[in-house]
Amino acid sequence: MERIPILRIGTFLLVTIQVDMHDQLALTLQEDLTSMIARVSAGGVLIDISSLEIVDSFIGRTLANIASMARVLDATTVVVGMQPAVAITLVELGMSLPGIRTALNVESGMQYLRDTLADREDEDDWRDYSPQG
Amino acid sequence: MTGETTVRKAETIPIAESNDVVRVRQQVRVLALEVGFSLVDQTKVVTAASELGRNTLEHGHGGHAEISIIDNGVKRGIKMSFRDNGPGIADIALAMTDGYTSGKGMGLGLSGSKRLMNEFELTSEVGVGTTVTVARWK
Ligand SMILES: Nc1ncnc2c1ncn2[C@@H]1O[C@H](COP(=O)(O)OP(=O)(O)O)[C@@H](O)[C@H]1O
Ligand SMILES: [Mg+2]
Repeated sequence: MERIPILRIGTFLLVTIQVDMHDQLALTLQEDLTSMIARVSAGGVLIDISSLEIVDSFIGRTLANIASMARVLDATTVVVGMQPAVAITLVELGMSLPGIRTALNVESGMQYLRDTLADREDEDDWRDYSPQG
Repeated sequence: MTGETTVRKAETIPIAESNDVVRVRQQVRVLALEVGFSLVDQTKVVTAASELGRNTLEHGHGGHAEISIIDNGVKRGIKMSFRDNGPGIADIALAMTDGYTSGKGMGLGLSGSKRLMNEFELTSEVGVGTTVTVARWK
């Protein structure tokens, strides 16, 4: 079966969407990502959509679903590289991509994930040293 | 859709599975490039094609898309018709409402496509089928 590969780098999962996805392929990606986040306890997910020439309501909803499932599994999602023409069209279509973090490129997206993870570890440290232990 | 509009080039694409919607998007892109649309306008037209093609597949249980380059003597554009012999739409005003879906969609396909295109026409009869015709001029 046709699948979009998921790359694991440390605690992060990276996906580069390089094909004009039909709906079934998008659903498969959503399932694969969700189960992989759980299996490897991923802390962050980065989805690179710079090759995508359109994002319609179905793909938009799929990205939003991935982000909200990741959140439930305690992982942060960032979508990077959306082309300006795609962003303009999405707004006119009426999609706002609620709850989705976006970044300009892979580098800034990775930085965002690292920062969020570092912040979380700080919180954990604070908890470790609190009087209740 | 106006009286003197001539069709320069037309193509009919069957829509029976989700890969066909990808094919419609790709062919619409080819025509949009030929018309000379800006990247933003190409993106709008292709996105509308994707939404309407998916409706033909999901709600209309399959059908076909007819896409063409149109010319009214002054300017050129793209016209796309999506037809199916599916269940039809009982309440068109409701179906056109932002966010309304009878299934699990976002309810933005019809209303959003209308915003993305210059012309939009929907005819539907319950039990007979649905035709959505849209056009965008350069
Ligand atoms: N070709 C069609 N045949 C029958 N019903 C349709 C068709 N296209 C749209 N509809 C109806 O209009 C509603 C709104 O369509 P749309 O705006 O594309 O939202 P969505 O597809 O996300 O439900 C659909 O839920 C469906 O009930
Ligand atoms: Mg739809």
